[in-house]
Amino acid sequence: MIPIENFLVLSGILFSIGIYGVLARRNAVLIIMSVELMLQAVSINFIAFAVYLHPEQFTGLIFAIFVITIAAAEVGLALGIILRIFRNKGTANVDEVDMLKW
Amino acid sequence: MSYEEVIFYFVAAVTVLGALGVVVARNVVHSALFLILALLAVAGVFILLSAEFLAIVQILIYGGAVTILILFVMMLTRVRDMPQALDGPQRPFAALAAGAFLALSVLAAVSSDWPGETEKITVVPFRELGDALFRIWAVPFEVASLVLLVALIGAIILARSEEGE
Repeated sequence: MIPIENFLVLSGILFSIGIYGVLARRNAVLIIMSVELMLQAVSINFIAFAVYLHPEQFTGLIFAIFVITIAAAEVGLALGIILRIFRNKGTANVDEVDMLKW
Repeated sequence: MSYEEVIFYFVAAVTVLGALGVVVARNVVHSALFLILALLAVAGVFILLSAEFLAIVQILIYGGAVTILILFVMMLTRVRDMPQALDGPQRPFAALAAGAFLALSVLAAVSSDWPGETEKITVVPFRELGDALFRIWAVPFEVASLVLLVALIGAIILARSEEGE
C-alpha cells in the first residue's frame, strides 16, 4: 500500500508550484489557474487525511466536495471581474490595475 | 515496489509536470492545456485514494467546465496578443517563497508522527457519503448552493455589457 506521506508530499509540491505561479505571473487569468492548482493540493490533503486517519468520520471527503463547489463559484466570479476590468482598462495584467493606489 | 506504487508515481509525475507547465509555459493557451492535464491527473490521485465520487466530480467540473471557462476568458481578454512579458519582476522572490514552503511542508509531512493507520486506506462507501452529506451536513450543503447561485448571478451582472458601451 502507499503510505500517507507520499500523498502529503505530492500535495506540498503542487501547492508550492501554485505559490510560484501566483507570485510570478502578471496576467490575472494565469493567476486564477495557479490558484486552482493550490485548491487541488488542498483537496488531496483533505481526502488523504480522511481515508487514512479518520475513515469512520470522513469529514475530509465532505470538505473536499465543498472546496470543489466554492472553487467553481470563485472561478465564475473571478473571470467575470477580469472581463469587466479588461473592458474598462484594456488590460488583464494585475500590476497595471492600480485604481485603488495613489 | 507494488503495482499501486508504480501507478502512484506515474500519476504524481504527470500531475507535477502539468502543474509546472501551467506556471512556466510561454504560451498561455499551452498553459491552460497543461492545467487540464494536471487536473485529470489529480482525478487519478483521487481514485488512488479510493474517492471515486470526487474523481468523477473533478473530471466533470474541472476538466469540463472550469478549463473551458478559462479558455473562453483568455480568448475574450486577448491574452495572447499582449506584447508584455508574462512574468513580473518578482520571479526570484516567487521561486524563493515556493521553495521555502516546499521544504517546510515536505519536512512536516515526513517527520510528523501521524496518529492512526498511515499505511492502509479504508474505503468510504458512496451510500455513507451521501447519507452524511444530506443529513449531518445538510445546512452547509444548502448554504453552498446559495453561494453558487449568488456567485453566478454576480458573474452575469459583472460580465454583461452596459447601455451605451
